[in-house]
Amino acid sequence: MGSLFRSEEVCLAQLFLQSASAYSCISELGERGLLEFRDLNPKVSPFQRRFVGEVRRCEEMEKTFTFLQQELRAAGRLPAPCPESPRAPAAREALRVQEQSEQLAQELREVSRSRSSLRDRLRDLRQHLHVLREGQRFTSLPVGPGVPAGLGREPILDPSLHHHLDRKINFVAGVIHPWRVTAFERLLWRACRGYLVASFVEMPEPMEDPATGESITWVIFLISYWGEQIGQKIRKISNCFHCQVYGYPESEASRTEAITRLHGQIQELSTLEETEKYLAEVLDKVAQVLPTWRVQVQKMKAIYLVLNQCSFDVTKKCLIAEVWCPVRDLTQVQDALRQGSVSGSCFVQRVPTTESPPTLIRTNKFTAGFQSIVDAYGVASYQEVNPAPYAIITFPFIFAIMFGDVGHGLLMFLFALWMVLYEDSPRLRQGTNEIWLTFFEGRYLILLMGAFSIYTGFIYNECFSKATAIFPSAWSVATMANHSSWSSAYLATHPSLTLDPNVTGVFQGPYPFGIDPIWSLATNHLNFLNSFKMKMSVVLGIVHMGFGVMLGVFNHVHFQQRHRLVLEFLPEMIFLLALFGYLVFLIFYKWIKFSAADSRVAPSILIHFIDMFLFTSNAENLPLYPGQVPVQMVLVVLALASVPVLLLGTPLYQWCRQRAPRTVRPRAHDFAEIFMHQAIHTIEYCLGCVSNTASYLRLWALSLAHAQLSEVLWSMVMRNGFVGLSYVGGVVLVPVFAAFAVLTVAILLVMEGLSAFLHALRLHWVEFQNKFYVGAGYKLCPFAFAPDTWE
Amino acid sequence: MTAHSFALPLVLFSAFCRLVGIAAPWFVPKGPNRGVIITMLVTTAVCCYLFWLIAILAQANPLFGPQLKNETIWYVRFLWE
Repeated sequence: MGSLFRSEEVCLAQLFLQSASAYSCISELGERGLLEFRDLNPKVSPFQRRFVGEVRRCEEMEKTFTFLQQELRAAGRLPAPCPESPRAPAAREALRVQEQSEQLAQELREVSRSRSSLRDRLRDLRQHLHVLREGQRFTSLPVGPGVPAGLGREPILDPSLHHHLDRKINFVAGVIHPWRVTAFERLLWRACRGYLVASFVEMPEPMEDPATGESITWVIFLISYWGEQIGQKIRKISNCFHCQVYGYPESEASRTEAITRLHGQIQELSTLEETEKYLAEVLDKVAQVLPTWRVQVQKMKAIYLVLNQCSFDVTKKCLIAEVWCPVRDLTQVQDALRQGSVSGSCFVQRVPTTESPPTLIRTNKFTAGFQSIVDAYGVASYQEVNPAPYAIITFPFIFAIMFGDVGHGLLMFLFALWMVLYEDSPRLRQGTNEIWLTFFEGRYLILLMGAFSIYTGFIYNECFSKATAIFPSAWSVATMANHSSWSSAYLATHPSLTLDPNVTGVFQGPYPFGIDPIWSLATNHLNFLNSFKMKMSVVLGIVHMGFGVMLGVFNHVHFQQRHRLVLEFLPEMIFLLALFGYLVFLIFYKWIKFSAADSRVAPSILIHFIDMFLFTSNAENLPLYPGQVPVQMVLVVLALASVPVLLLGTPLYQWCRQRAPRTVRPRAHDFAEIFMHQAIHTIEYCLGCVSNTASYLRLWALSLAHAQLSEVLWSMVMRNGFVGLSYVGGVVLVPVFAAFAVLTVAILLVMEGLSAFLHALRLHWVEFQNKFYVGAGYKLCPFAFAPDTWE
Repeated sequence: MTAHSFALPLVLFSAFCRLVGIAAPWFVPKGPNRGVIITMLVTTAVCCYLFWLIAILAQANPLFGPQLKNETIWYVRFLWE
């Protein structure tokens, strides 16, 4: 069956690696991903290990790479993912990578610095230019009709006009952040008490704020004042408000000269363009090589971390590594070592061990989902029977019993089919939403769940809560009506009447596939369905549990514990079958033997079952078959007799074996432990049989809930759309259907689906698996370079 | 309305399930997944057959009949039959 039936054989092996070729051997092994390395230096701290220097070097390189990555991201480029995974570099190549990366980082830093200083200077000059230009508007003479209309008033601040004044007008010009303008203005007025005139105008184009980098429309201000002290106050206030102050020459001529000078300086800064181009080139180079380098250095670091786990043998000058290796892959490991080492001097040797090896179960994309839900409860112990191959079918089947509806199953199936057919599309694979990824990982699971739900939906005869009459119904209303003379008048006075199967011709044989559609029209359909579903749950539960007990046989045989077949498996089976197998028999017997003719006196199975345990009998409850009471007594005695066998059998057997002379003698307190363990197992099994059988009744409960919910949704939402028979009714149907669809998907598919999934999972994990599964193992985690961790 | 036999569906469905569960496993191509596919086929056949069997046996000898509203009876009586 391959390795899905039980985990593969895994052995402990030792690798002998020459110091020179150790690195390449481990690199080769890492590419193939076969072995799990064990740490041979557990007590050594990470700082004292052999290859700590190399690991540190790798980490420094990674720091440089992070810096380069940040620069790339700041410039708005996304590094392309690495196309194929390069191998880990040899020592010389690693050195070259380190030098090149540091050089690139250095270049990048320098270029960025010069670029930012150039840009600062340019911004400064342009601001100065704007200040001067805008200030012209307030201080220059009107030059005729070219004056903008908004500034219609006389330029009262022209110094040439006020020469007759005794005071000299001075100017403070600068730029201020637009949010601070009102506060600035107010403070100026309060401080200088009107001995100044301040004007503010917005800069025509927005510029970058050096601190935050966002572009803001600055406000240029021009303050003209009298007096030196006022001037000092104004300058101090401007300082407080972090304004950029520029010198404002008084005369017109010097201003124009300053403007032309600034223009010239701005032209000179054309080197800024060249700097930008050079920066782009450097970034291009970085973007090209960075992904490969990252992968290489990550692999190198992983290899050194593994080498740190090996122990160094001084005499033979080689490194010894202890690995868990699947036996099937030993030849591949030899191959890898031969390829990696120069002189073929590295080899692998199997080592016997008493420790329990890790579990390895190879899965493909289909079985991986089912194996993961089994592993979520507990990884299988080494080489014990794996419940996954059976869970592939029983899990969706048990889900479908609780979910059974053709319409809902079809929707689920189609959704999963879409996911499966497009599973290779990168858009689906690279989703980041965790909930979506969970659904996507389980796409085969959902596919099977949908398919089985369609089947159980046909058996329950429910399609969006409506029954379909694929075959004509077996119940004849006409015969009953003729027999009891149900005329229209009679029907008008009796709101509900029952069809009696005792009348010939009313019931004409069982519906060939599933539940008869007449029951969906009946008002007492729950009476019938409850009885059917409860018995179905109990029967399926006991069959499932019996199957679980039988799987334990494989474990007993494989682990050479045949005594457990007689001392554990046999009593367990007798207990289960004598009590609950008999219950299944009673259920089937009553279905076959009792019909409507004796419906008045039909015995109750439940009462019989209870009486069986209590060794009493009820006079009103007729026996199902002659000789029932002695048969039941025998069965109960048999079941009770198997309990002490289960309790004491294995411990006594092991104690007897211990008394015979053997090399390995378990100590006395081991025996007490064995006995305790067996006692717990017995109690758990016997009580568990009863409680787990009842636990399977959740199959009935959830399928009832699902059926009722979908019926409510139909009769209270969708039916209202069909009430109006006019054209308006047709239009009303559209939003009604929309509501019905949304509620179906949200409540019935998502909520009920998750609920049924959870309960099916619980039934598998607890009721099925505690009959045979231990689940105390640990997974084999091979050393491999995982391709999806590069980000 | 119509008489249904009990034996015919039993024979037919049992035959179908036996086809899926016993005959088909011989035709599964050899490969690494042969064991898994055979297990799946057999489990499917057993589960589906058991479920169908329970459904048909529960209806084979009904102890009581459906209780219908008078409207339903009138509709089925005069419009269906």
